[in-house]
Amino acid sequence: MTDVTMRIWRGDASGGDFEDYVIAPNEGEVVLDIVHRIQATQAPDLACRWNCKAGKCGSCSAEVNGRPRLMCMTRMQDLPEGPVTLTPMKTFPIIRDLVTDVSFNYAMAEKVPAFLPPPMPEGGYRMFQKDVERGQEFRKCIECFMCQDVCHVIRDHEENKVHFAGPRFFIRYAELEMHPLDTNDRRDLVREEMGLGFCNITKCCTEVCPEHIHITDNAIIPLKERVVDADYDPIAWLGRKIRRRPKKSALEAAVQPAP
Amino acid sequence: MEIGPTCHYIMGGVKVDADTTAADVAGLFAAGECAAGLHGANRLGGNSLSDLVVFGRRAGMGAADYIESGQAASELDMGEVEYAVKEALDPFDRTTGENPYDIQRDLQEMMQTNVGIIRTQREIDDAIVQLETFSERVKNLAVKGGRAYNPGWNLATDLPAMLTVCKCVAIGARERKESRGGHTREDYPKADPAYGKINFAHSSDGGHWNSAIRTEESPLLEIPDELKALLEEAS
Repeated sequence: MTDVTMRIWRGDASGGDFEDYVIAPNEGEVVLDIVHRIQATQAPDLACRWNCKAGKCGSCSAEVNGRPRLMCMTRMQDLPEGPVTLTPMKTFPIIRDLVTDVSFNYAMAEKVPAFLPPPMPEGGYRMFQKDVERGQEFRKCIECFMCQDVCHVIRDHEENKVHFAGPRFFIRYAELEMHPLDTNDRRDLVREEMGLGFCNITKCCTEVCPEHIHITDNAIIPLKERVVDADYDPIAWLGRKIRRRPKKSALEAAVQPAP
Repeated sequence: MEIGPTCHYIMGGVKVDADTTAADVAGLFAAGECAAGLHGANRLGGNSLSDLVVFGRRAGMGAADYIESGQAASELDMGEVEYAVKEALDPFDRTTGENPYDIQRDLQEMMQTNVGIIRTQREIDDAIVQLETFSERVKNLAVKGGRAYNPGWNLATDLPAMLTVCKCVAIGARERKESRGGHTREDYPKADPAYGKINFAHSSDGGHWNSAIRTEESPLLEIPDELKALLEEAS
């Protein structure tokens, strides 16, 4: 292939700018290969996080021509002609060059109340195969955090981060909520603390997911329906009043011990 | 499509006690791919995971026992620490030295050519001589930039260890005059039962990454009777 200009953002928390590197990609090379060759030949101090080179570890997320991509799964020959811009994920604080601090996600992960099954009945738990399969899709998540990066709720609104779990964790909440053996109730928590209502289903997260998880259709929308059922359905409300079984508060649910 | 063999696991590594995973260096514990001996001459797919589960636990318990026994050093030799820090930071001060990536690439090519899949005495000897040249080059590394997330500098601090591993691999390959598992000698194509009972253990008096390496035969542990009985039961 002919020479390509790689326009890579270089800098740290105090600021930075684009730097151009001209390089001729070999046939079949991906963006991460190019970054590694630039490190080896032109910029040995170019920072980038990576591990498996196979689209399974979720480490090399960055923005290629402004779109969140796994660098290891983005072929140079599939990009449009002209310079290629490479920037770190915008939603997270910069550490250096293409490396961002994604600890926001780990803080949100810690807040997810654990799976809590009922005591084991004699003969063990039993589940329908359909129930087993429903959660499998969400288990494909590799935590590349590109759905979090692209989500406009936090991408352009730093102040929303304190009360918005983001698509990655909505699939986790959905998986737990749909689990027939789980007894924790997280519906108030996702509505009141995790900002489920901020999502206006633009499906950007689904679009960038490298594992093709139907984040919006299979997780966020069903989760919204459950929350709405719990809080706004007048018949369900009346039923709760009559049976005198108030829902466990989100706070209570959050302090349930792990099994 | 090009297809080629590649190194994806190192069967050799830090020599440890099987029960505690303690190395000969006091306070050092190793488990997993960086430890040696568990997988014999060729690790089978999937066995790494059970290695990690079993020996990771033993390493944790071994290290905890070591701390509780009160043998752990309570103070450091600050001279050694300062020396190590200086050595790590020296590449920043050199303006005319070599790019670590160039050395790594040449080292890969040299080892792939001379101590690769199929080995012979002449090529291994050649590699051992050439590794000395690499040691000289590594002493003249230069890196730029800062210390945060600097892959060039990370490589610069890795290269001495890479050289040590290369030397141990090459010396072991030279001493093992047979073919077994992942080690194939063109000049000794058959497995020799006598070599099946030993490993080659390398050591040095320390002080510096480039200290001379001593190699000696280290007998393999006998399989305990209760495990032998299990194996016979299974067969």
